[in-house]
Amino acid sequence: MRLYAAAVYLFLYIPIGIIVLFSFNAGRHASDFQGFSVEWYGKVLGNPFAMEALTTSVIVAGLTAVFASVFGTMAALALQNVRGRVRILYDGAIYIAIMIPGIVIGIATLIALVTLFGHLNSLLEAVWPGGPGVAPRLNLGYGSLVAAHTLFTMALVIVIVRARISGMDRALVEASADLYATPWGTFRQVTLPQIFPAVLAGFLLSFTFSFDDFIIAFFVAGSQTTLPVYVFSSIRRGVTPEINAIGTMVLGVSLTLLVIAQFLLRRRREPAPAPE
Amino acid sequence: MQPAWVTRLLLLPATLWMLVMLVLPLLVVLVFSFGERGAAGGYVPAFTFAQYLNLPARFTAFQNTLMLAPVGTVVCLLVAYPLAYFLAVKVDPRYRTLLLVLIIVPFWTSILIRTYAWIYILGGQGIPKLLEFAGIEGVRLINTRFAVLTGIVYGYLPLMVFPIYVSLEKLDKRLLEAAADLGSSPLAVFRNITLPLSIPGVATGCMLVFILLMGEFLIPALLGGGKVFFVGNALVDLFLQSRNWAFGSAVAATLVIVMLVTVGLYMRLMRRRGVNREDVSLF
Repeated sequence: MRLYAAAVYLFLYIPIGIIVLFSFNAGRHASDFQGFSVEWYGKVLGNPFAMEALTTSVIVAGLTAVFASVFGTMAALALQNVRGRVRILYDGAIYIAIMIPGIVIGIATLIALVTLFGHLNSLLEAVWPGGPGVAPRLNLGYGSLVAAHTLFTMALVIVIVRARISGMDRALVEASADLYATPWGTFRQVTLPQIFPAVLAGFLLSFTFSFDDFIIAFFVAGSQTTLPVYVFSSIRRGVTPEINAIGTMVLGVSLTLLVIAQFLLRRRREPAPAPE
Repeated sequence: MQPAWVTRLLLLPATLWMLVMLVLPLLVVLVFSFGERGAAGGYVPAFTFAQYLNLPARFTAFQNTLMLAPVGTVVCLLVAYPLAYFLAVKVDPRYRTLLLVLIIVPFWTSILIRTYAWIYILGGQGIPKLLEFAGIEGVRLINTRFAVLTGIVYGYLPLMVFPIYVSLEKLDKRLLEAAADLGSSPLAVFRNITLPLSIPGVATGCMLVFILLMGEFLIPALLGGGKVFFVGNALVDLFLQSRNWAFGSAVAATLVIVMLVTVGLYMRLMRRRGVNREDVSLF
């Protein structure tokens, strides 16, 4: 039993280990490790395309995380007071947003936004002073990336924060109100401190998801290139140790954020090891 | 209790987002699937079932998906169950949280990078090269069904382990002891108690993995080398290369319908077994 578990953990982690190991390889090939070198990291840092893709990814992931955690928390706070048919409607939408494959979201967003922007652009050209040519044009890019990533991550934040709220002691909120705190005061001094770890975990998970997402970005990035899209097209052109270096950095970022998120979600909840 | 206007205001951004980024796009896909392809790609309004009738043109993609998705799900289950059992019943509780975190973490890291690692491992310079040293030549692993299946199990294992773990962890351990005290063999205990009580977790895990596999694109694209073609690959081709939005929408709508039917069947199965809602905890 123990041996089996160990084998599965090796299966999960050896590929990651190989990426990390060979990102420090002085040679080019997987079969021969020719000594330690940070050469490939230098190559990545000096590659303007990779750096631009990285910047785009960080901006998109940052904005996504902010929108998702703020709007998701607001919705979670509101939904505790919503019952009946409306509640079922929202729960259904949240469930669908989480479960629907990224590829369907990518496609649907692509054709919906391209069509919508097409109509809006002709409208803008018609009403803009100065006429066609001067009028601003709506295009796929940062906006569509952030909007599409926020859909899934917001649903995720709602689920995480709601789980925290339901584990909260309602008596504290009532006590605070009895002691003449304003609703805003109660929120700031009682509710917020209690749900904050969940909000922060949601923020980090949202950032990670957006930063790692390939399939949605593949469809809705427009003229922008995120880091996963860049890596995908590089792989198509051939496997190079440079991708290992990028991969190691990407894994490093996600692993750090994830471990912090897990820590935040699990704190004060032992011994129950499986939070929703 | 919040006043009603506060509740509405708090829900406003999320509602707008759901409407514009979820409901509207899905409706557009549905409408487009009844349309026609424009001369230069894109979409021309119409009401025709031509796109749906044309679905057999992508038969191979559906066939591959509907074959490899269940196979992948079952292999995932076979690998995941013993691990989940180990984590829920056998492991020293002190290390349990750490071991669980170690399972979830890979799931949340870049699937692209993790799949890419397998190109390295299964590719010409990886395992086949090692086998050559051992005297076995001419083994091809990359761009085969085996490679795609490996990628699938690797990518989706955590999603299967967790629901099973949750259902096994809730299981009353005293039942196991009682059965053993009454003379049941370990195998009988497993078959009569552990397995039936873990069915909700198994069903949840299978459903999650199956649904996500239906829409998979990356793993067949990177490890199947264009030879093992999924519906997801057909969709990328239809939307980004041939720009046939109407037909692509019909393929996407069919995919979503197959997934909804799967979830529907699952829900019914669960209700019949008297399970209200299984907690799925991957966050």
